[in-house]
Amino acid sequence: MSTLAAPNENDLKDLISSHLNLEGPMLPILHALQHAYGYIPALAHGLIAEALNITKAEVHGVISFYHDFREKPAGTHVIKLCRAEACQSVGANAFAADTLKKLGLDWHETSADGAITIEPVYCLGLCACAPAAMVDDRLVARVDGAKMDKILKELGA
Amino acid sequence: MKIYVPLDSAAVALGADDLADAIVAAAADRNIEVQVIRNGSRGMAWLEPLVEIETDAGRIGYGNVDASDAAALLDGKLSSLGKVDDLPFLARQTRLTFARCGVIDPLDLTDYQAHGGLAGLRRAAQMDQAAIVDEVTKSGLRGRGGAGFPTGIKWKTVSDATADQKYIVCNADEGDSGTFADRMIMEGDPFSLIEGMAIAGLGVGATKGYVYLRSEYPVAIRVMRAAVQAARKGGVLGADVMGSGRAFDMEIRVGAGAYVCGEETALLNSLEGKRGTVRAKPPLPALEGFMGRPTVVNNVISLASVPVIFEKGADHYANFGVGRSRGTVTLQIAGNVKHGGLFETAFGTTLGEVVNDIAGGTASGRPVKAVQVGGPLGAYMPVSKFDTPMGYEEFDQNGGLIGHAGLVVFDDSADMLQMARFAMEFCAVESCGKCTPCRIGAVRGVETIDRIAQGDGAAIELLTDLCETMKDGSLCALGGFTPFPVMSALTHFPDEFAAQKQAAE
Repeated sequence: MSTLAAPNENDLKDLISSHLNLEGPMLPILHALQHAYGYIPALAHGLIAEALNITKAEVHGVISFYHDFREKPAGTHVIKLCRAEACQSVGANAFAADTLKKLGLDWHETSADGAITIEPVYCLGLCACAPAAMVDDRLVARVDGAKMDKILKELGA
Repeated sequence: MKIYVPLDSAAVALGADDLADAIVAAAADRNIEVQVIRNGSRGMAWLEPLVEIETDAGRIGYGNVDASDAAALLDGKLSSLGKVDDLPFLARQTRLTFARCGVIDPLDLTDYQAHGGLAGLRRAAQMDQAAIVDEVTKSGLRGRGGAGFPTGIKWKTVSDATADQKYIVCNADEGDSGTFADRMIMEGDPFSLIEGMAIAGLGVGATKGYVYLRSEYPVAIRVMRAAVQAARKGGVLGADVMGSGRAFDMEIRVGAGAYVCGEETALLNSLEGKRGTVRAKPPLPALEGFMGRPTVVNNVISLASVPVIFEKGADHYANFGVGRSRGTVTLQIAGNVKHGGLFETAFGTTLGEVVNDIAGGTASGRPVKAVQVGGPLGAYMPVSKFDTPMGYEEFDQNGGLIGHAGLVVFDDSADMLQMARFAMEFCAVESCGKCTPCRIGAVRGVETIDRIAQGDGAAIELLTDLCETMKDGSLCALGGFTPFPVMSALTHFPDEFAAQKQAAE
């Protein structure tokens, strides 16, 4: 996820209109916004509503429904730890508790210096080589304390 | 020298990208010409990254190769596993849907055709709609996403409907823990899904298809998008599918992290750009689906199994299996297992054979306690149910469901009360909120299990009653099937619920 300069109305409008040829353009628009800015800027809500001929409340309803979409920027790096059953069967709960403790964070929190946001994820499809994690766009399987320490060090946390 | 290094997520998550780079660098150092092919996974997850070197004697495998092993690999100093095709885990399988996965270069249409690809679509292109639908019906194929609905009947409903536009929607929102067959085939043999969707399009008269692919699968998204482009270029998709004069094209759409969007009506709402809430049925999506138009919604594995049915014939496919479960099942063996991965075999193998024999028991070496079959909404099957054959009806009769055929193995350290609690917690987090039994019931379920944990034995009856309500009153399988893991944990491991009570007393 890249983070650009502050969103302005013209850029937002361009980005939105480039998707209007699609059937069901809402999710592609939201993904594109989040890809460009790291979150869905509030300024975009009204513009999406106008472009799709729906209310701002409906736009908010869609954004808030999905776990992926953020209404404010996340930390520089996002760590997702899988909490689903297959990962639990090989100790994901204890691993997650350790990692949260190490970072001094609870789920969905961002470190004070803005470096790390930690989130739960329910399944990365790496269930035969669990526990699994995703660090920004990078997948990590058979993750343990030592691997996580190395990753955190790389991220400067 | 041809070297295969998987691009599959599991291999990549264990260092395959770095390894591929290291091999190229080491080859340059040695002045050897090496062609690195990024294939799909063979499905032996415990060996990933599994590298293969092509030789006159066949493809020789090397397991758990690290980037630091690249030089030794090229110098012939790494000990091999022998011929990959001869490894017992692979040799014992009946690979129909996954025949090419891990074998070919996933994005090379020529390689795909050299391994039987497009033969099915070529045949379908010569058939009329009724004959195509009939072939699928005869194969006995049932929805591999979990519901097990006969695919041919679904296709017939859409085929018979009259509309200006019909759609094929592929449900690639594989959110169930313990399942990864959809991901593997999309990463390892994407053209089989595209071919299956094109055949579906010809069969029902749909000209447009969508794959709704979950955002948690970045590799699958990248590979599928590239494959669609290659298929367009190769005349597989477009205005004139394989010279049939009929049109079919498709797009890849990315989900946004909502588990419930794996439910077909929630998926359709999401695809339309709405909140992913469940729709009441009827109307069936087959009649009023995407944009209110007749729509086939099929799982990835259902659609990816269609090409082989047309290539080898419906009878060939239907010859495999047990009872009303025809063809092959793509078992996904996961969790605490020694040999986890993808195992495709005819329906009918027993659960015990899969866990003890094929998977070799637990990774921890401790005794197996329970196996959750069919994802977070599937029952915990105790060892006493290990003689249950893998089949839709067979599992149903034993209080379980086969679902998307994912198996998560737990050893004796598993806390079944906590697993039951997690099922309710997950349902509460992921509920779309449309129906009360699911939205409120899941929250009350967590609270009730906490009461049991604190020693309130009377709450067990309340939990049982709540599960009945959720089962009977929920709109979809999320609220309706969450009672499966909860009640199976309670029924098969009553001591773990009662012990909490005694401990507190």
